[in-house]
Amino acid sequence: MLKTFPKGGVHPAEGKYSANSVIEKLSLPKTVSIPIAQHIGAPSKAIVAKGDKVKVGDKIAESTGFVSANIHSSVSGTVVKVDKVLDSTGYKRPCVIIDVEGDEWNESIDRSIELKKEISLTDKEIIQRINESGIVGLGGATFPSHVKLSVPDGKKIDVLIINGVECEPYLTSDHRLMLEKAKEMLVGIQIIMKALSVNLALIGIENNKPDAISHLQNLVKDYPGVEVHALKVQYPQGGEKQLIKALINREVPSGALPLNVGAVVHNVGTAFAVYEAVQKNKPLFERIVTLTGKSVKKPSNFMVRIGTPVTELIEAAGGLPEDTGKVINGGPMMGKALNSLEVPVVKGTSGILIMPVVLSARKKESDCIRCAKCVSVCPQGLEPFLLNKLAQLGKNDKLETNAVMDCIECGSCSYTCPAGLPLLDYIRLGKSKVSQIIRSRKQ
Amino acid sequence: MNKLFISPSPHVYEDTTVKRLMFDVVIALLPALVFSIYFFGMGAIIVTLTAVVSCIAFEWLIQKFILKQEPSITDGSALVTGILLAFNVPSNLPIWIIIIGSLVAIGVGKMSFGGLGNNPFNPALVGRVFMLISFPVQMTSWPIPGVTRFTNWLKPISAADLDAVTGATPLGIIGNNVGKVLEKIDVATGDTLRHTVTIQDIYNGQVVINEEVVKTFDQVPEYASQLLGNIGGSIGEISAIALLIGFAYLLIRKVITWHIPVSIIGSVFLFAGVLHLINPEYYIAPEFHLLTGGLLLGAIFMATDYVTSPMSVKGIWVYGIGIGLITVSIRVFGVYPEGVSFAILIMNAFVPLINMYIKPKRFGEEVKNGQ
Amino acid sequence: MSTTILFTVISLSAIGSIAAIILYFVAQKFKVYEDPRIDQVEEILPAANCGGCGYPGCRGFAEAMVKADDLSPFYCPVGGNETMTQAAEILGKAVEAKDPLVAVIRCSGSPEHRKRVNTYDGASTCVIVSGLYSGETGCQYGCHGLGDCVDVCDFEAIYMDEETGLPVVIDDNCTACGACVKECPNDIIELRKKNKKDRKIFVSCVNIDKGGIAKKACEVACIGCKACVKVCAYDAITVENFLAYIDPNLCKLCRKCVDVCPTNSILEINFPPRKVKVEATETVETKKVETPVGPTGENEKKENDNNIINQEG
Ligand code: SF4
Ligand code: SF4
Ligand code: SF4
Ligand code: SF4
Repeated sequence: MLKTFPKGGVHPAEGKYSANSVIEKLSLPKTVSIPIAQHIGAPSKAIVAKGDKVKVGDKIAESTGFVSANIHSSVSGTVVKVDKVLDSTGYKRPCVIIDVEGDEWNESIDRSIELKKEISLTDKEIIQRINESGIVGLGGATFPSHVKLSVPDGKKIDVLIINGVECEPYLTSDHRLMLEKAKEMLVGIQIIMKALSVNLALIGIENNKPDAISHLQNLVKDYPGVEVHALKVQYPQGGEKQLIKALINREVPSGALPLNVGAVVHNVGTAFAVYEAVQKNKPLFERIVTLTGKSVKKPSNFMVRIGTPVTELIEAAGGLPEDTGKVINGGPMMGKALNSLEVPVVKGTSGILIMPVVLSARKKESDCIRCAKCVSVCPQGLEPFLLNKLAQLGKNDKLETNAVMDCIECGSCSYTCPAGLPLLDYIRLGKSKVSQIIRSRKQ
Repeated sequence: MNKLFISPSPHVYEDTTVKRLMFDVVIALLPALVFSIYFFGMGAIIVTLTAVVSCIAFEWLIQKFILKQEPSITDGSALVTGILLAFNVPSNLPIWIIIIGSLVAIGVGKMSFGGLGNNPFNPALVGRVFMLISFPVQMTSWPIPGVTRFTNWLKPISAADLDAVTGATPLGIIGNNVGKVLEKIDVATGDTLRHTVTIQDIYNGQVVINEEVVKTFDQVPEYASQLLGNIGGSIGEISAIALLIGFAYLLIRKVITWHIPVSIIGSVFLFAGVLHLINPEYYIAPEFHLLTGGLLLGAIFMATDYVTSPMSVKGIWVYGIGIGLITVSIRVFGVYPEGVSFAILIMNAFVPLINMYIKPKRFGEEVKNGQ
Repeated sequence: MSTTILFTVISLSAIGSIAAIILYFVAQKFKVYEDPRIDQVEEILPAANCGGCGYPGCRGFAEAMVKADDLSPFYCPVGGNETMTQAAEILGKAVEAKDPLVAVIRCSGSPEHRKRVNTYDGASTCVIVSGLYSGETGCQYGCHGLGDCVDVCDFEAIYMDEETGLPVVIDDNCTACGACVKECPNDIIELRKKNKKDRKIFVSCVNIDKGGIAKKACEVACIGCKACVKVCAYDAITVENFLAYIDPNLCKLCRKCVDVCPTNSILEINFPPRKVKVEATETVETKKVETPVGPTGENEKKENDNNIINQEG
């Protein structure tokens, strides 16, 4: 039987229309707006000003703390201004806006394409380089990667887990990466293994990508310590805690991090970015983005420079379908609906999903019938119906005792509720209230 | 272009709706309805139709005029309540009693708590128990299957009719007889013979006490009849096979999980089995418990009612086993020959408590405590 | 039979009396001394338990007041000065009278002025919208119109105007408990001084974008042009982040600023209609708003319109 996590989970229609579209390089846009906060943690500080000339790969915003990340220019050209622009968070936030002129790269970047296998940097240097290159978790969480690699004293990591699950329906960027950039990615994995000094790396891939599984299985023979595991297709297989449980049967304690059970999880995309940063000295300024949807003419996977407006991708994939009702940054389960198509692609944009109008509106709400379906699908063993009610009533203490903070916001509960209740909407609200309370208590 | 929709994630939904779930339950009840029409004829149709129509009508009226809400009868829950209510009464029950029962089921059992999702007790059972207590005679006079088929159904039922057409349910026969001491004066010797009626006697059709008269009674129906439904009883409870078909359908459509029915049936089987092993003379075989007295109907369709069953799997086991034990206890030790309805209602009352104290196992919780 | 009943009755009453005796002793044992003045003070409080005083319920407030030496940080907005004086009498302390306040809604972005550019389809509360994105319009600061403030008001003092999609405060009901102020995720509601005849002048906008951007998103947005600052003779107006604010303590209700605001962001409420210069009628939109008395403010509005027409004629 295929490995999977033990409790809950759903299986939404997969809709991987772009699974067979080879990654294309998207042509350069005229201007890019690069948000200076693209990661979880402290926003960076812009270090360029209006009129500055920048090259591809130049640092334009500097990390402002340990949990923060550098931002690099994805194009060459002139900085027009540093101003607030609507980005994928749904709010206007500071961006560096650059007019594109040519495509001149910073000289330190090695633009050769041959695979560089031997790792010359030491573990400290690797982490330093990853930090310098502004690499964040590319699976969508955008947590700065160097933080995950800096293991605190006294903690021992014995396994690296590589997330190639791509459990979100529709998205295929990781899938294509595993097919087309497998070797680079595997070197990236070995770099991370070196940085963490672990001897074992497990790549978890959902069984709906048999081509990627067999391709990698052939390749890993040359990469000692790396194993490929097929996993059952079950959402949210790619949740960190779920993935660890499925692969090595360790349960991350409630409220703790994976490193408490000796594991670190990185996404395949991150591994590839690490390869480029460490071996080719290329900071993170482009990424693979899936553009897909039921009515999209040409579902595609693009290599996109950060800061490119979403409209450019849509044009390249055959234009915005007539029946568009919703445009989502990310997958349908955890992605964020965009309120403008001009928002820039950021480090965390794994895909842009265009939903037709008929699939965009929510189900009609009715009262909870206490069918317990939400309870049975919750991978975290919570009681979403109860959390929903408590959050509506503002009972924050009860929310806390009922472990609202354990919710991973996977959305399985809202997905499944036959009464169409916006469970996660309220649970998220409850979470933010409770986390405020917890924070104020700590002070 | 249309205005873009914005909403928090997730952006896709399973196509299950409350309506679909309810109609699946209705579909699952159809085989049992077909069987009961075959055995009880027109009576079954009339009773079911009356119950369904009056439940829906009462729900609509109450929502519209008393609660002043948008009526939600289209969600199908009143339909399910109606059918279940009908399934729990004899097929010759006077129509006016059914209408009163429906009013109680919907008005008291459901709407007074705020409608679907808020009622602590299964509405159909509330209706049934109300009728059982208020109209005990009519509620426990079951027509003998086949006898009244397509006859007599227009006539108002008089006491005489009742006598003429009623047959006891298997559980009734046993409950009324087993363990009673039969005294008989032997004419030849003048001795008083004492005999305690056992299950075996009844299986053999030998004794039954009716006042002081001793007469041989028809045999308790064979298992084959019980499976098919050729026995006395309420409309929906008589055919085990039809109910099991419905169960399979509900499982396939993922409307319910197996936990509740299995925990109830399992615990009834175990408890009754233990009693039977202790004293086979007094306690009937466990299979017999399973096939009679609406146990299957209750376990599959009534106890699994979403609103009134616990939310966590652990809680469900407590609930199911509780129902099983109470059912057997009532049947064996209590005055009523049948206990499923009461057992379910009693455990319904405990559901809020179960939900409060028995939580699903949280991911990472044990590890945390173990640290 | 009758013995059974008798037995039942006797045993039940016996159990009952024993339980009562135990309860009595337990209650005695665990009784804590309570200052009787707490009860007295609680007696005169409005018992609304709205939390407007900052304490959990009226009793909590009474306890805190009895304990405190100085009553100046305490104020029950519902009971007002009258209640506070009574409480002070009981406690033998002094209180200062405070100006009565009333909630005002600082947003006029009805659909007519502020175009809806997308459709929100999530859970229907303002706080969830504001956690998700900038809202259905181009103005991320304005009212989301989903009525969190209405839900939280214990005094039925706010309702949503269906036409404008904005909340409206019924001044007579509002006790200035501040619940809505706390609840509104966009900080749109402000408690302002309830002047004579409940007259108010305030900037009905919270948009801190630059003028051009604000104006594009909403026709009645404050653009920070400072015209009002210049015209105010009492230095009551300040502009910060392209947004004007009128200090209620300095404002003398002269209404000059209302006229000069190019976007009609400043509202005057409960003022008598004034003489409108004929040539000005075209450009200056009337901004007279009456305090509504209930969700059906229709009649008042019409009356008001008539007044204006009469004045003009
Ligand atoms: S899935 Fe929806 S209807 Fe069912 S118990 Fe959960 S919240 Fe209630
Ligand atoms: S409660 Fe949280 S973790 Fe559980 S199903 Fe809902 S979103 Fe997922
Ligand atoms: S309108 Fe606001 S301040 Fe006034 S009573 Fe209501 S909640 Fe309190
Ligand atoms: S004033 Fe605030 S709370 Fe009230 S409707 Fe507007 S956004 Fe919501």
